[in-house]
Amino acid sequence: MQADFGRFTHAVIRAAPDSLAAQALRSGPAELQVDMEAVRREEEQYVSVLEKTLGLRVVRLEADEELPDCVFVEDPAVVCGNTALITRPGAPSRRKETEALKTALANLDLNIVEMTDESATLDGGDVLFTGREFFVGLSKRTNRRGAEILADTFQDYAVSTVPVLDTLHLKSFCSMAGPGLIAIGSSEAAQKALKTMQQMSDHKYDKLTVPDDLAANCIYMNLPDKGHVLLHCTPEAFPESAKVFEKLKDHMLIPVHNDEKRKVDGCLTCCSVLINKPSKV
Amino acid sequence: MTTEVGSEPEVKKEPEKSSEEAQAEQQQQLAEQPAEPSESEPSAAAEPQPTPTDSTKPDNTDQQENAEAEPSSPPPSSGQKKEKGISRFLPPWLKRQKSHSQVEPKESSSPTDTPNQTLTEKQEEEEKEEEEAEAAEEQVGKAPEEAEKRQEEAGPKEEGEAVSPVVEQPAETKEVKAEVKEEVKAEEVQAENNSVGSVETQPAKEEKEGTSAEKKGEKGGEEVQESSVLSPLKLGKKMKIVVCHVTLLDGTQFPCEVEKRAKGQYLFFKVCEHLNLLEKDYFGLSFKDNADQRCWLDPTKEIKRQIRNSQWQFAFNVKFYPPDPSQLTEDITRYLLCLQLRQDVSSGRLPCSFVTHALLGSYTLQAELGDYDPEEQRLDSIADFQFAPSQTKELEEKVVELHKSHRGMTPAQADVQFLENAKKLSMYGVDLHHAKDSEGVDIMLGVCANGLLIYKDRLRINRFAWPKILKISYKRSNFYIKIRPGEAEQFESTVGFKLPNHRAAKRVWKVCVEHHTFFRLTNPEQPTKSKFLTLGSKFRYSGRTQAQTRQASTLIDRPAPYFERTSSKRISRSLDGAPVISVSDHGHMLDSARTPGSGENGHDPALELSSDSKSPQVEEEAEPGKGAVAGAVPAELPFETGTDGADSSETKSKLRVQGENIYVRHSNLMLEDLDKTQEDVLKHQASISELKRSFMEAAPEPRPSQWEKRLTGSPATGLRLQAQGSLEEELTSLFLSKARFTGLAASYSTAAAPAESAVTASSEKGNVHLGTVSSAESRNIDQSAEDKLNSEINGQPEVIEVVEETVVIEEVVKAAKPKSSAPEVSVTVASSATEEVPEVKEEEEKSASSDSESEEEAEFHPQSPSDSAHHIQEEPEEEQEQSQKAPPTNAEPQQDAEPETTDKVEAVVNQQKEEDEKTPGEETVVAPEDAPNGHHVQDGEEALTSLGAVAEEEEELEPCVVNGDASHAETERVPQVICCSEPPVVKTEMVTISDTFAAQKTEIATKEVPIVHTETKTITYEAAQLDGTGDGEPGVLMTAQTITSESLCTTTTTHITKTLKGGLSETRIEKRIVITGDSDIDHDQALAQAIKEAKEQHPDMSVTRVVVHKETELAEDDD
Repeated sequence: MQADFGRFTHAVIRAAPDSLAAQALRSGPAELQVDMEAVRREEEQYVSVLEKTLGLRVVRLEADEELPDCVFVEDPAVVCGNTALITRPGAPSRRKETEALKTALANLDLNIVEMTDESATLDGGDVLFTGREFFVGLSKRTNRRGAEILADTFQDYAVSTVPVLDTLHLKSFCSMAGPGLIAIGSSEAAQKALKTMQQMSDHKYDKLTVPDDLAANCIYMNLPDKGHVLLHCTPEAFPESAKVFEKLKDHMLIPVHNDEKRKVDGCLTCCSVLINKPSKV
Repeated sequence: MTTEVGSEPEVKKEPEKSSEEAQAEQQQQLAEQPAEPSESEPSAAAEPQPTPTDSTKPDNTDQQENAEAEPSSPPPSSGQKKEKGISRFLPPWLKRQKSHSQVEPKESSSPTDTPNQTLTEKQEEEEKEEEEAEAAEEQVGKAPEEAEKRQEEAGPKEEGEAVSPVVEQPAETKEVKAEVKEEVKAEEVQAENNSVGSVETQPAKEEKEGTSAEKKGEKGGEEVQESSVLSPLKLGKKMKIVVCHVTLLDGTQFPCEVEKRAKGQYLFFKVCEHLNLLEKDYFGLSFKDNADQRCWLDPTKEIKRQIRNSQWQFAFNVKFYPPDPSQLTEDITRYLLCLQLRQDVSSGRLPCSFVTHALLGSYTLQAELGDYDPEEQRLDSIADFQFAPSQTKELEEKVVELHKSHRGMTPAQADVQFLENAKKLSMYGVDLHHAKDSEGVDIMLGVCANGLLIYKDRLRINRFAWPKILKISYKRSNFYIKIRPGEAEQFESTVGFKLPNHRAAKRVWKVCVEHHTFFRLTNPEQPTKSKFLTLGSKFRYSGRTQAQTRQASTLIDRPAPYFERTSSKRISRSLDGAPVISVSDHGHMLDSARTPGSGENGHDPALELSSDSKSPQVEEEAEPGKGAVAGAVPAELPFETGTDGADSSETKSKLRVQGENIYVRHSNLMLEDLDKTQEDVLKHQASISELKRSFMEAAPEPRPSQWEKRLTGSPATGLRLQAQGSLEEELTSLFLSKARFTGLAASYSTAAAPAESAVTASSEKGNVHLGTVSSAESRNIDQSAEDKLNSEINGQPEVIEVVEETVVIEEVVKAAKPKSSAPEVSVTVASSATEEVPEVKEEEEKSASSDSESEEEAEFHPQSPSDSAHHIQEEPEEEQEQSQKAPPTNAEPQQDAEPETTDKVEAVVNQQKEEDEKTPGEETVVAPEDAPNGHHVQDGEEALTSLGAVAEEEEELEPCVVNGDASHAETERVPQVICCSEPPVVKTEMVTISDTFAAQKTEIATKEVPIVHTETKTITYEAAQLDGTGDGEPGVLMTAQTITSESLCTTTTTHITKTLKGGLSETRIEKRIVITGDSDIDHDQALAQAIKEAKEQHPDMSVTRVVVHKETELAEDDD
């Protein structure tokens, strides 16, 4: 389990609908205008990095105008190993996002587990998989029941819950930046959550503290011929935090623009579901 | 067997006097007595007291009774009386005699006794209620057996005690001895009952029993009389053979004949022998109790007592799952672990995903069947294997598919792979227990190698790593853990869980203690630590730690033993398929053929020896005791010293019972504190202050004089001993002063120019401590800082003399003051004293009445009531440990130390006369203990145990934490612990709880007033003392000054003395910092600050000693 952490072969993404600009859920100020063209450009770069730079097979799903948030495919599904948990997103308007994703993941021969419990909610953005265990943020979008189902689905791993109060998701201020390395924001809430995670874990984690919470959301991969790969914020968006990432000498660092989707709470990890589907042994 | 009233046993005792005839009676009595003890046992701490109280009363107040009783048994009584008066000076065995005489009096004068008994009974009942009948149950069932055992034990103990003092026993006639023995037995029984789990003693007994014939012979030689009495009983016992059925991990049954009263250890060793298993410390035997709950068979206890009415049906299981199985030395060990894990997986106890099920299953197939063979292995045959709780065809197919990929893998390799994958599972090695949280929500407690995990459904909602846990305790059906405060937190918190029942709570607690000890403690000195660990109760993990078992495993050099895999039994031919396997196995077989018997035997002893093998020790112990009695003592004594640990553990166990109670209460109290509102706290405090006031009014003055006497008397006899004594005194003083509040009291002394001998330093310290103690007392009494100063000054001169250019900064942090500084303290003391008085008497009686064990118990009891006593004992332990190495000679020094302790006790207890008498008794008790070495240790351990497992953990943890608090900066300079031979940092936790019933006993203590429970911790850091200077050279006191400054929450008393000694001028600064406050003050920080300041103020001086004394006021005792 450990050795494979960060190893991915496939990525599932979904195009952003035009409705994103006006109807996507957002916790930030509504005045911020989302430039759809900019969104498309970011999307292009994102896919390009995954597909061309990193060599992943990218599965693109069609946008659904009825689902303004459908671009954030991380939330409707949690994939670990060969199992995909189709979640029940905390926002009712997003529940239907799971359908297309389920089909896509099933097509990848993953074991599909569906969260059918009406009382359970879980957003993938609240799920941090460290390679050794899961941390599930209990937020507005994710409740305990959802976490329980996740624990039932991935029984090999400890699933610890972390209260998330101030931000949308657990991964709004943290993510994995390497094996045993947690990128964490500097805010009080983020640091508190980190402490909680450290207390709950039997494992030792290093932390990579970045000044900006949102910058702590990055994508780590460990690819056969690339080594450690890290997709992180751009210096334009978070200059101070970018400097921190740039100190990671062993990582292949790829700054990725995400300015537009960030306006609707979109982070880097939100926009893809990464899958490791090793070719037949 | 039925529970009889305490009075009955006594009555029976009288008949016993007709020695031999009494034997039969004794047996009956023993049975009966046990029952009684059982009742009393539940309230371990309290229980012991009741009986003791009876006895004690005779000693002190009830001497009259004794006189009355004497007529009935004139010779003994006279001796007893004398002892009472002389008891102080007499060795422990004298005490025993006393006890005998006391007992007799009681018997004879049943009417007089009855009142006491009634009191005690009441207390007992209360205690029982509080503690719940758990102990009682166990004891009840065990009682008869225990009684017998105890008799046996008593013999040895007596012998051990007798060794040093020998004189009296010989002087007394056989009859007396018989009586003594009987009494002892009874007492022991009681004690055991009290100590429910007196593990060590039991094991010793078992061994004795096992080798009973031999031992009997020995005993007979040693104790002619006893042998005559005991031997028949033993013989009868021996004859009973029971067949145990042990389910092994491969599902087979292993029938094993054991003597009916054999201990768990015996059966376990038999099973391990059968399995050819050397790395057995990871395993254990389990059984289902009446409630169908799986329980671990305590190796140190009799099987029969543990299983009660259940079948003699056991299961061999993994008890401690090694976090890294690859570090196991032998394949057979890994194989057994695999078998256990397969069970765990297939039963669902170890949940895992489909993929993992398949993977583990495939390794199982590879190990069991060898390489995949399409012809022989069909799905239908594979269906014989249970890979998962609910096994699907899909899973089986997946298993087979993966199995194909393991071609060429040997069974051992497959096992390794199996374990490598299984160990990653989050629930690997997690022992789950159903519980409810404080809000009644269903949760699961998971005990594992790293700590305690809290699950709600499948989710981990909290985790407490061992380093985070200060104390583990249980009361009734509640289980508590005390959490070390985090960085941002200032106060420790206690988390409570509700278990389905008391037994479940105890089970969790035991499992925690065991896991903590096994996985967390790595120090080879585990025995002592284990003692610490056991703090809370009689129970402690007696086996090796993982570190020790690993170390022992490195000594295994036998060729890999052959063992049959389950499949080989089921499907013999499949194995043939794998050539590699067969080859290796054959090799194993050959090896095994040669080695199994001899090889194992050879290895086992080594292993056992390397670690603390209980069995050997136990035997030794048993023998030594006997030998001592017989007079063979000299040779055996060394053994005893060696085995002291075991003995001590035994005694400890008894003691522990008391400790447990205390422990439990503490936990409760703590919880209450947490739960309680500020108002409640205030109420508590108010009540406390009331007590203090009343006490003050009642009898404030006596103490100082006593202290002075002690101080003067104590001067400079035994170096260590004194030092320790002084330390104790300090502690006590701190206690006294602090009694109520949570505070940190740290006194640390820095030796700036420490060129001189450690001994001197220690002595210095001791003196200093004495001084401080006196000061503390003075505070209590006079409540004036000046008094303190004076006392300190008085004390210091001595210190100064001893020390050369040492700067001693003693920081005493007292938390109590907030309410009413000095008066309150004194009051608390008074209350405790009043309570203690009866208890003390009881203790004395106990000690006097019976064997060393009884004495130990007695000490325990007193200690438990008064914190000071605990402290004292604790230190003695350390001393004892040292002394053990250098056997019997220590007695004198210890005695010296003892006086001090007694003084303390006295100080605590205002009743001077009674106390004095008592103290002598105590002293004598102590002395005996010292002689046996083991006893002291035990006491100390007991005290420690009683204090709470916390101490153990603290020791471990504290190095870090504590350092952080007080001595971070200083740790560097404080390499060695003067007093303690073992760890550089010796921490002792003293917990003082005033018992309600104790209060009830003594009318003095206000019944109405809620009793405040106080928890006291004392941590002492001492810098290594330099060699060289002896006490001898007295320095010339140049100057001495005391400065006192107070701020909001801290009171700092600085005492500076300059001494001219041998041309060197020593400056010794003793700083006492009392930090008082509720929960608003960060004591640790304050302490650290104080130390820092002290350092800054005296940059050229070094810190030689830091004593942190922390008192926490616990919530009221609801009981």
